[in-house]
Amino acid sequence: MRKQYETVIGLEVHVELATKTKIFCSCSTEFGGAPNTHTCPVCTGMPGSLPVLNKKAVEYAAAVGLATNCTVNQCCKFDRKNYFYPDNPQNYQISQLYQPICQDGYVEIDTPSGPKKIGIHEIHMEEDAGKLIHDEWEDCSLVDFNRSGVPLIEIVSEPDMRNADEVIAYLDKLRLIIQYLGASDCKLQEGSMRADVNLSVRETGAEKLGTRTEMKNLNSFKAIARAIEGERERQIELLEMGRQVIQETRRWDDNKEASYAMRSKEDAQDYRYFPEPDLVPVIISDEWLAAIRDRQPELRTQKLIRYKKEFDLPDYDAEIITSSKRLADIFEEATAVCGRPKKVSNWLMVETMRLMKEYGMEADSLRFSPENLAKLIQLTEAGTINSSVAKEVFEKIFLEDIDPLQYVEKHGLKTVNDEGALREVIEQVLADNPHSVEDYHNGKEKAMGFLVGQTMKAMRGKADPGMVNQILKELL
Amino acid sequence: MASMISDETIEYVGILAKLELSPEEREQAKKDMGNMLDYIDMLNNLDTEGVEPMSHVFPVHNVFREDTVANGNEKDKILANAPEKKDGAFKVPKTVE
Repeated sequence: MRKQYETVIGLEVHVELATKTKIFCSCSTEFGGAPNTHTCPVCTGMPGSLPVLNKKAVEYAAAVGLATNCTVNQCCKFDRKNYFYPDNPQNYQISQLYQPICQDGYVEIDTPSGPKKIGIHEIHMEEDAGKLIHDEWEDCSLVDFNRSGVPLIEIVSEPDMRNADEVIAYLDKLRLIIQYLGASDCKLQEGSMRADVNLSVRETGAEKLGTRTEMKNLNSFKAIARAIEGERERQIELLEMGRQVIQETRRWDDNKEASYAMRSKEDAQDYRYFPEPDLVPVIISDEWLAAIRDRQPELRTQKLIRYKKEFDLPDYDAEIITSSKRLADIFEEATAVCGRPKKVSNWLMVETMRLMKEYGMEADSLRFSPENLAKLIQLTEAGTINSSVAKEVFEKIFLEDIDPLQYVEKHGLKTVNDEGALREVIEQVLADNPHSVEDYHNGKEKAMGFLVGQTMKAMRGKADPGMVNQILKELL
Repeated sequence: MASMISDETIEYVGILAKLELSPEEREQAKKDMGNMLDYIDMLNNLDTEGVEPMSHVFPVHNVFREDTVANGNEKDKILANAPEKKDGAFKVPKTVE
């Protein structure tokens, strides 16, 4: 029988900070520009250029540290990590090895057996590398340095996770904290959040850790879960065959659902770190740290409590709405405009969720303005449009962010409250459907529903349903 | 006391620095590195008891930039000295991990 194994996982999470400029120069960090249009002598490693640290990057890094229960090192420094690769123009990366900005923190995750603390070993600041594009026609690679020098923090966890669920809960928690802080948008698909998984297995009950491997190229939660399962199986198989796990970096190929070795042991890493002579130490005074702490926005746990208390939202609604910074922002802004928190919550919980599912969208990519949702709620509250028209208009807001007021005017969607006109239409409906009228008189309640339906159809959905019911009853 | 740099060390440092050294250059590099280490060794003669390790030669800290975009598109200047370029990018030998 096969032995029982335990998986031990630690993560290295890279997060691109939401600064407007790079970490050591005044180039824009905007995503998606034409190659090398956001570059300068500093971020392309030209001889004689000198880096100057972006103050905002330090503040974001410290803010993430505070929110993850870390100790912020009030004196921190930068070091050079030396390696050769075409995406690294200086032949070194400026990073922090000896005195990182934050240390010894944790975040708490929920597991089936209760809350669990996942330790954070350290958070350090560093610069991102450029991007290599592999030419399709020629045997060459093209280097784009737009991303070179974009500020990153690397969050190094302790090896405290035991399965894919815990890893995903940890990543989700980090992502929410960082998004709420506004320190990054944390999009895995776009690479503003990247996770490397360090994984080893050991026989259950063993004290000593097994040999670990590091896995890269994981750009979705699903890929991470599959990679963890795949790597666990691969390592167990090796051990069962009496072979050894080799400490190496492996690249996950999500299409093939397999990993392969990226760097062999022969060119073992020797980064020859040394203190960065071009940058002076960063001293974070008590006052500065207090100011960063004071500016800390409300995080999810606080929002959850407040939503229930201040807006009387049910637990379930509050949980879902705060599960994304974007949803929470929409909720608060729309509520501020229309003053109807429960209505706003309903639109988010029902129609927004339905459309997100239909269009395969994440909450973070919702683009409609909260103000338009608020206006729509005001229109329904005032009885200007009925609920089925409102749903139709909401879909337009969701997709194109239209102004509901203008849209309703332009397409003549206002509820018809003109009793005379409605009465005429209903009289016609009754005349056209003598059968149903008879059924109704013979006690078939269903016939009423049919007649309401016919009336709404004739009114192209714009009648006030209450008024339709009332007139129908009167005329029958 | 002359520090002895072994052939293995010179070989390894050469690999890390991506340098191909001829036998003569290798001997010269061994000698140069030995001299450098001897020079550094002089520090061992000093009493550094209670002296804080220095991280920078100037007594300066907290030199920052504000987070404001000041650089425009200097793509052509940046690429001007590139030995080879293509489609607005630096062209290098195919490099795949």
